[in-house]
Amino acid sequence: MAGIVRAAGYVPYLKMDRKVIAAAWERSALPGCRSVANHDEDSLTMAAEAAQACLKEEDRSRLSGIFFASTTAPYLEKQAAALLATALDLDRGILTVDYAHSLRSSLSALRLALDAVSAGTADTILVAAADTRQGYPRSDPEQQFGDGAAAVLVGGSNEVLEYMGGYGLNDYITDVWRNPGDRYVRAWEGRFITSVGYMALMKEVISSLLTKLGLKPSEVDRAVVAAPDQRSLKDLLKVTGMDKEEAAADSLLNEVGFTGAAHPLLMLTEALEKARPGQTLLVAGYGDGAEALLFRVAANPASEAPKHSVGEQITARGALNSYARFLSYKESVEPLPGEPFRILPSASATWRERDSLLRCRGSRCRECGEVAFPIQRVCNNCRSLDRFETVRLSGLQGKVFSFSQDNLAGRSDDPVVVQTVVEMENSARFYGLMTDCRPADVRVGMPVRLTLRRFHELGDFHNYFWKCRPVR
Amino acid sequence: MGSIKDKVAIIGMGCSKFGERWDAGLSDLAIEAAYEAYQDAGIGPESIEACWFSTVYAPVGGIGASVAADALKLRNIPLIRNENWCASGHVALIEACVAVASGLYDVVMALGVEKLKDTGYPGLGAGRGMSPVLEARRTAPGSFALIAKRYFETYGLSDEQGKELIGRIAVKNHENGRLTPKAHFHNKVSLDKVIAAPIVSWPLGLFDCCGNSDGAACAIVTRSDLAKSFRPDPIYLKGVGISMDSMLPHLRPGFDWLRFDSLINSSRQAYDMAGIKNPRQELDLAEVHDCFTITELAIYENFGFSEPGNAREDVESGFFTRHGGLPVNIDGGLKCFGHPIGASGLRMTYEVYKQLQQKVDNPERQIKNPRRGLSHTFGGPPQISAVAVFGNETG
Repeated sequence: MAGIVRAAGYVPYLKMDRKVIAAAWERSALPGCRSVANHDEDSLTMAAEAAQACLKEEDRSRLSGIFFASTTAPYLEKQAAALLATALDLDRGILTVDYAHSLRSSLSALRLALDAVSAGTADTILVAAADTRQGYPRSDPEQQFGDGAAAVLVGGSNEVLEYMGGYGLNDYITDVWRNPGDRYVRAWEGRFITSVGYMALMKEVISSLLTKLGLKPSEVDRAVVAAPDQRSLKDLLKVTGMDKEEAAADSLLNEVGFTGAAHPLLMLTEALEKARPGQTLLVAGYGDGAEALLFRVAANPASEAPKHSVGEQITARGALNSYARFLSYKESVEPLPGEPFRILPSASATWRERDSLLRCRGSRCRECGEVAFPIQRVCNNCRSLDRFETVRLSGLQGKVFSFSQDNLAGRSDDPVVVQTVVEMENSARFYGLMTDCRPADVRVGMPVRLTLRRFHELGDFHNYFWKCRPVR
Repeated sequence: MGSIKDKVAIIGMGCSKFGERWDAGLSDLAIEAAYEAYQDAGIGPESIEACWFSTVYAPVGGIGASVAADALKLRNIPLIRNENWCASGHVALIEACVAVASGLYDVVMALGVEKLKDTGYPGLGAGRGMSPVLEARRTAPGSFALIAKRYFETYGLSDEQGKELIGRIAVKNHENGRLTPKAHFHNKVSLDKVIAAPIVSWPLGLFDCCGNSDGAACAIVTRSDLAKSFRPDPIYLKGVGISMDSMLPHLRPGFDWLRFDSLINSSRQAYDMAGIKNPRQELDLAEVHDCFTITELAIYENFGFSEPGNAREDVESGFFTRHGGLPVNIDGGLKCFGHPIGASGLRMTYEVYKQLQQKVDNPERQIKNPRRGLSHTFGGPPQISAVAVFGNETG
């Protein structure tokens, strides 16, 4: 048997009331707010957050692969899953695959993971999905889209969701797309997309799956169906006969926005937080065809729930109230970059330092026990040479020991840089930047954890490293 | 460790006008300082047998000490560049003294020059180490402000009390800078103005930060037994201390941001060599590294000028003012004189030298009959410190 062992979502810290966007364009607002990735976040870093929340220490040794699904991967040519595996400090022998170019890529990845586990060719596979799609300024999608990520761990034992079967369709339709170099999502007429695209394909895939499994629509307890808007969702649930189930609306669309390839998995994560044993759960998503999967809730999902539920993350956010900042974070306008940075990155040096910079490993001296980050070959305390073991810091919490709020070093759209010295729970000192915070709220003793972030693009590549952020 | 007490003397010094020297490049600044030093020593370039040159932000990475050769035409002698962050000028001077003490050379120049105002930005820029991500968006005020937060936290000062404490140091140094013709800034400031100034990196406001300036300073040193053949009032080197620590002391568990080993070690070495038991009483003046007001405060306590936690009392009683028990930064310090990195150690020594000779360019700033003076720079993360103690007679 194969199924889902655990699921975790990531909702970025920043939210923006849709009224702020609407007001900037002197037009009407859609209800609720959308999530906004911070300027140091991208699909890869958000996926890393979700994946880290999804993985327990004991899962690491059993992991056979990691799949990354997104339409906004950081590179056109360069595998994000390999970077994700490195940032999660996973074994180099695992299978890493990127799934791209379609909004249903996450569900394709999930089906393949379930198939591999069912076939016995994989023990467990982590499927992570994230997106940061952009709508044209003033367009509806600008308000509708949101940034987010989710990760699910697929395995053959201890599943909370048993996999009953899946069905997929492919279809070539120019409904929504981006050409190479496009920043914003293009779309054909809405009526065309909805009628012959979304509604037709989703209806077909759902009914085909139910027929294949010999189930009636009324036997589906929870429909976890990704839709770009509430109206399409409502209509679809009606035509498929699944409209009598408990939550007919997608609250994520109101609170987070449509998170692209991540959306079906983020919905699934949220649904799992409320699911009860014995329920039947149908997951479906659309994009160049459609994908549908059916699960039965096997165990009490609460037992495997991650520390911070999607709902809790939605509650604990900070508001971005400036549309100008939003445009700048989204790179629609260019910020003044801040103080020139004198140290140019080197691809080879970054590669050499990857254990510290990406795997977030420090060193613990075997002679005296002193812990340091980044890795020190000569012990800071007893000066033993190469007598260390490495220790992973990324999952640990810490407390702010000292900090400063620097008005000199920031970008013009985020001018205050919070430098922090953090005392980690294993006594290591982390000296770095704080993100996702209100600078005025930073205090000595404040609990923080580490988060992978994108620092800058010097050297013409993405420079990732860790920052600390307040525990949400 | 051995001693070079009284073995070396300074026989000539020069210091350029500091400030935004749009009119002068590295070479012009070097010439301004060196030719004043030649005149002061009564010698010419032909007498220089070696030169230790210090600069940090040279326009490109690989200039060596060629400025000394290109600008001053000091050719066919050893020209050695030193870069040790803010302590560069001091290290160049101390190395020059060590070279003379070794007997290898009789007359050696130490020259520090820094041209910051050609970089195109105010301040020193971001990035203070070797890694483009570890050091990202790390600036000098952002790093030194970490000391302030710990000091306030440890001694139970509210943000307002802390701001006032460090603000008084800025007021003092501005009061001194007013009397220093070669300094970058000459304005007097009130405590209210200091506290109300725009924040650069909390709690450091504009007046808590030193001047970002161009400048150069130069010393010519010789063996003590030759010194009086050049001038009647040479200034003798009494003690030196250099203590370099990791660029990242912050990584050590237990590092408390109040006690800096490099400050403690470098000052102790210098005191021991100079025979100073109680610096608070025995020093007549000190030029210390006030890159930020909080740095000067930390130095009072690490150098034994004040007991740990007691600097506040001394600041409030005016102990470190020009007329106090131990005048600190009589020439305005880095705060007002300015901080062209590679030149600063030599500029501070210039003030000590002139004070000990009682030849300060503005008599209002001259203190009465000083015998012992200390100059000091502290740089990097911060954890790189160099100290020199001078006297106006041997023994």
